[in-house]
Amino acid sequence: MFESPASVRPALAAQGYLADDRIAQVVFLADRLDKPVLVEGPAGVGKTELAKAVAGATGRRLIRLQCYEGLDESKALYEWNYRKQLLRLQADQGREWSEIAEDIFSEDFLLTRPLLEAIRSPQPVVLLIDEVDRVEVETEALMLEVLSDFQISIPELGTIMSTSQPAVYLTSNNTRELSEALKRRCLFLHIGYPTIEREREILLARVPGLPEMLADRISRFVAGVRSQSLRKPPSVSESVDWARTLLALGVIEVNGAVITDTLHVLLKHQTDIERVAGGLEEGAAAG
Amino acid sequence: MVAFLSGFVDELRAAGIPVSMVEAVDAGRALEHVDIGSRQALKAALGATLVKSARHVDAFDTAFEAFFSMSPAGGEAAEREHLADTAAVAGAAGTGLGDGAVEDLVAALFLSLRAGDHGLMGAVARQAVSRLAGMEPGRPVGGAYYLYRVLRRLDLEALAERLRRDLETPQPSALEARLTADEVERRLEEFREALRAEIRRRLVADRGRVAVARTLRRPLVEDIDLTTATREDLTRVEAAVHPLARKLASRLARRRRSGRAGRLDVRRTVRSSLQTGGVPIDPRFRAPRPTKPEIVLLADISGSVATFARFTMQLVYAVSAQLSRVRTFAFIDAIDEVTRFFGPGVDFGEALRRVGTEAEVVWLDGHSDYGNALGAFVEGYFEAITPRTVVIVTGDARTNYHDPNPAALTRIASAARSLYWLNPERRRYWDTGDSVMGVYREVCDEVHEVRNLRQLERFVEKVVIPKTRPVRRLV
Repeated sequence: MFESPASVRPALAAQGYLADDRIAQVVFLADRLDKPVLVEGPAGVGKTELAKAVAGATGRRLIRLQCYEGLDESKALYEWNYRKQLLRLQADQGREWSEIAEDIFSEDFLLTRPLLEAIRSPQPVVLLIDEVDRVEVETEALMLEVLSDFQISIPELGTIMSTSQPAVYLTSNNTRELSEALKRRCLFLHIGYPTIEREREILLARVPGLPEMLADRISRFVAGVRSQSLRKPPSVSESVDWARTLLALGVIEVNGAVITDTLHVLLKHQTDIERVAGGLEEGAAAG
Repeated sequence: MVAFLSGFVDELRAAGIPVSMVEAVDAGRALEHVDIGSRQALKAALGATLVKSARHVDAFDTAFEAFFSMSPAGGEAAEREHLADTAAVAGAAGTGLGDGAVEDLVAALFLSLRAGDHGLMGAVARQAVSRLAGMEPGRPVGGAYYLYRVLRRLDLEALAERLRRDLETPQPSALEARLTADEVERRLEEFREALRAEIRRRLVADRGRVAVARTLRRPLVEDIDLTTATREDLTRVEAAVHPLARKLASRLARRRRSGRAGRLDVRRTVRSSLQTGGVPIDPRFRAPRPTKPEIVLLADISGSVATFARFTMQLVYAVSAQLSRVRTFAFIDAIDEVTRFFGPGVDFGEALRRVGTEAEVVWLDGHSDYGNALGAFVEGYFEAITPRTVVIVTGDARTNYHDPNPAALTRIASAARSLYWLNPERRRYWDTGDSVMGVYREVCDEVHEVRNLRQLERFVEKVVIPKTRPVRRLV
């Protein structure tokens, strides 16, 4: 799907996703090795966006499985359509059980869920398994067969092989350690906060009409904020929101007063806001 | 290449990164698809296949730097000339290229830093190391020593000041000034990193990559010994402890929720069975009512074990949602309740600072006196202990030859549900000198040697979820 590592960046950039070298390399490798990618990193650095951008860049359909606590195989893999089976049983009253059993456990009665759908799709797709760290360890095990062999075993039906090789992206916020078995099957990509230069590019791409001067100030200020020890350092999406806010307010020159007034867009904890605002005042007193 | 790769994998394993055989094979396959000439590409390919946790990224970077150091680009002599020219352009007093030509270097460095010119900066770093570090082959000195020698001659402080003045717009606002200062510090850090890389490269050339990788190897953050950690290591631990605590809290919460179902709820089962013609297909259960332990933490906060005490407090407060109540007492030779400093929404660092400054924990001389502190606890706060209380004492049990007063601890133990003692000292030092661990050990339910974050985390988890019963669920 990609020619070379160098071709990945412009392709993703056309989708509005600015990848750095490492991200581009891993995306390329995943394609060549047919391996899933486990994307890890703090919230709001564009993990989910990466999968969407890959789908967009390759023109593939995106199938998304949003994970949550309590997700089970009937929501992730497949489920038998009980109502339809019941109807069929009632319609077929009088026939031998052995005949009917053949009938009602066929693909017509199968409800496909995201994982099965991704595998059965005739065109290759991009499968996004979002926030995989939210499911229990047992459910994680369900995915292993899909991730390593791209197949699903259904006891009544046999093994369903993939007709096309999906590109799989898993994201994790790292709220728990994922199992070794899962990690072994994936390429690992840690996305941290971007460098100042990259964040400036992201801001300029994401916020149309943002003056370069302002983008520069914002990315430098945010980098400074992140280096302090906060309960929740600002994510990229929050700095984008902040840039939009400043633009909407018609701010040209970033100064202490403007920052103090709009800091709640960037930071979501009162103690964090107080700490950063306090730091600003100290700086003013010293300067 | 195969031999090289397996050497690298060995190094990663020695540094504590678990690399499986399959992963090593994947790395080999990945290398077929990347341009091995590009260091970036090589690093991305190896990183994605061999390292599977953000915790291991640092250790990987270090090993990679040692194994794949680049040889210098271009000839040394040409570089010297180039630098001398640059310095002349900058108008520095170029006095020839003897050993004393530090001014040239500083001038070129200033130019490169002001322009953010990475190529020039690298050249300066190479020259600085070769002229100023005085590296001798075979000399068993670590990289930090050479770095110090170079930095001492270059005087980066003065350079930072010049850069700040130069980059600053006239009449800067306070914010502008701070941003500029940050920027200068960042560029200097880049230069220091370039110096480190250069020194590392030369060390590798001198001693071989395996030896250098071994000296650079640092323990993973969970394995750092908390009592003997260097200041730099402690910074790493501090950065790690918050995410660790958050992870522990969410894991415990999840286990509590999904753990075991409660008893069968007959009434609701029968009612729901009406939908299926009276057949109880879908049994209903009562919500489990977990017992939440109540914790009393007694922490020795005297100098020797203070760091350990604060990490314990931090982990315990992180999981406090899973506990019915936490009360914390700090002591040195007197004891004071410090629960009031902690609370929802309170900044933890601030709370610790107040514990250090406002708590009344010194009675006589500010040296640990366990006997007196425990006695004072029994007298003043004994109501804190109920049959549901888990008492955790942290400290090294070094009582400076005062009376250990085991009777007080016995009273606490008999009133509480359980009593644990966490000692950050190595077990083989217990009962040597003024340590009275043996006396207290008789009284405690369990005594643990807890020396690093990993052990601490495991202990906290065990206290919150005392015994895990086998999970049995109807599917």
